[in-house]
Amino acid sequence: MRPVEPAALSVEGLSHAYGERSALKDVTFAIAPASFTVLLGLNGAGKSTLFSLVTRLFGTQHGTIRIFGHDVARFPGAALRLLGIVFQPRTLDLDLSVKQNLLYHAALHGIAPGDARRRAEQALARIALSERAGDKVRDLSGGQMRRIEIARALLHRPRLLLLDEPTVGLDITARAEILAHVRQLVAEERVCVLWATHLIDEVAPSDDVIVLHQGRLLAHDAAPSVVADAKAPDLRSAFTALIAGGSQSEASEAA
Amino acid sequence: MTDAVLRPAGFSFAQYAICLGGIVWREGLRFLHQRERFISALVRPLVWLFIFAAGFRQVLGVSIIPPYETYVLYEVYITPGLMAMIQLFNGMQSSLSMVYDREMGNMRTLLVSPLPRWYLLSAKLVAGTAVSLLQVYAFLAIAWFWDIEAPPIGYLTVLPALVLTGLMLGALGMLISSLVKQLENFAGIMNFVIFPMFFASSALYPLWRVRESSPFLSYVCELNPFTHAVELIRFALYGQLNVLSLAVVIGCTAAFMAAAIIAYDPSRGFLARRGVGAGEG
Repeated sequence: MRPVEPAALSVEGLSHAYGERSALKDVTFAIAPASFTVLLGLNGAGKSTLFSLVTRLFGTQHGTIRIFGHDVARFPGAALRLLGIVFQPRTLDLDLSVKQNLLYHAALHGIAPGDARRRAEQALARIALSERAGDKVRDLSGGQMRRIEIARALLHRPRLLLLDEPTVGLDITARAEILAHVRQLVAEERVCVLWATHLIDEVAPSDDVIVLHQGRLLAHDAAPSVVADAKAPDLRSAFTALIAGGSQSEASEAA
Repeated sequence: MTDAVLRPAGFSFAQYAICLGGIVWREGLRFLHQRERFISALVRPLVWLFIFAAGFRQVLGVSIIPPYETYVLYEVYITPGLMAMIQLFNGMQSSLSMVYDREMGNMRTLLVSPLPRWYLLSAKLVAGTAVSLLQVYAFLAIAWFWDIEAPPIGYLTVLPALVLTGLMLGALGMLISSLVKQLENFAGIMNFVIFPMFFASSALYPLWRVRESSPFLSYVCELNPFTHAVELIRFALYGQLNVLSLAVVIGCTAAFMAAAIIAYDPSRGFLARRGVGAGEG
């Protein structure tokens, strides 16, 4: 019998606090390989904390995180090599060229220089930025930088890609381009994507949606089911209703 | 299941080497791009050498003390101290660039590499040390034109000493970077780390002269790891080995590195407590 493939990302009973302030409360979910999941939440919902824990910037205080079955706390190397991440703030080195940024990332993953150069060229060709390879990152537009960050996150061929509010600060055209590009990656390369955002219009009907509010997971289902469960006309109303409900239960708990 | 899932977590020796190479290469590129940093790294010790030392030449006589075999000019005496000062500043500056990097996100790029974190931080230290070597040798070249010449072999024997002292001061900087919160704190580091370490050492005056005026201060100087960095460099520059200083520098390097690695360990939560990386929540 073939073993069942483990979830691309599974989170169990995850709680995290900064001193007194609780950022995540008993969050549990699992997302399937080659799926596109939108992590919806307002600012301060705990999205970035969740990403910092998955990438092991912080150690987990309570709960477990597994990437394709590898426990992040116990086997960080095995887990992190399957993971690509695009952080919300820009993390490219502005003074280095596009290509130097990509080669540096490849080296951090132990990819040999020859192979790294090949992968960097392919990656740039794919996002139609080959001619900018020698330019300093500083001279690029916000949308171009984002595309390069995504290309960089994919250089070591991860199977799970996390993006933390990747369209923040981009204009409408660039936003649509980035979103289409990432959806294409899911369809063609079977990369699993977890896309954190507070912009509801970035959700497509075929996506899975996780709603996070004040550190709690309020819903996790296919987008149409989330709408149906909330008996709402559309996702925006469903999200508003969920959040109102979440805040209420918070208030009644406190009382 | 695919290969990727079954692939063991271990990395080959070559992959470790590639990672180290990449980190050193990037540090070097950044250094070359920041021309002002290079120039100020050179101007600082040269000001001391050309102005301060020239002015003090008549005030401070330096008698014959090891490793010197003749009377030496004050400029010659303070050269090893200035070499160590270059490394001290470089160590603190890379420490600051870590704080800066951390806020700008470059530190995140480094720390999400699947290689062990202690290795990534050590590689970062090696990279900072390599940059400090460039600065020190550029300084020595200029000093040579100023007629401050060590024995030819000294330029070679000082290299391992500089590697060690560079690592020690870099590790100290890294440790401090895990403790300071703000980017603006370089002034604080100057006042509370660089100045006390530099002045309470044998960089500018031999310890026997300090002892004459204040036995207590000379005691402080002897406990100061920076004194031993200076002495290790001074002896190595003349092809000699100061065993005590070597032991102190090795011991301090190990202690500072261990503390820095612990400070950056995710489960210790130094990063988390500060909310670094958490962004808006």
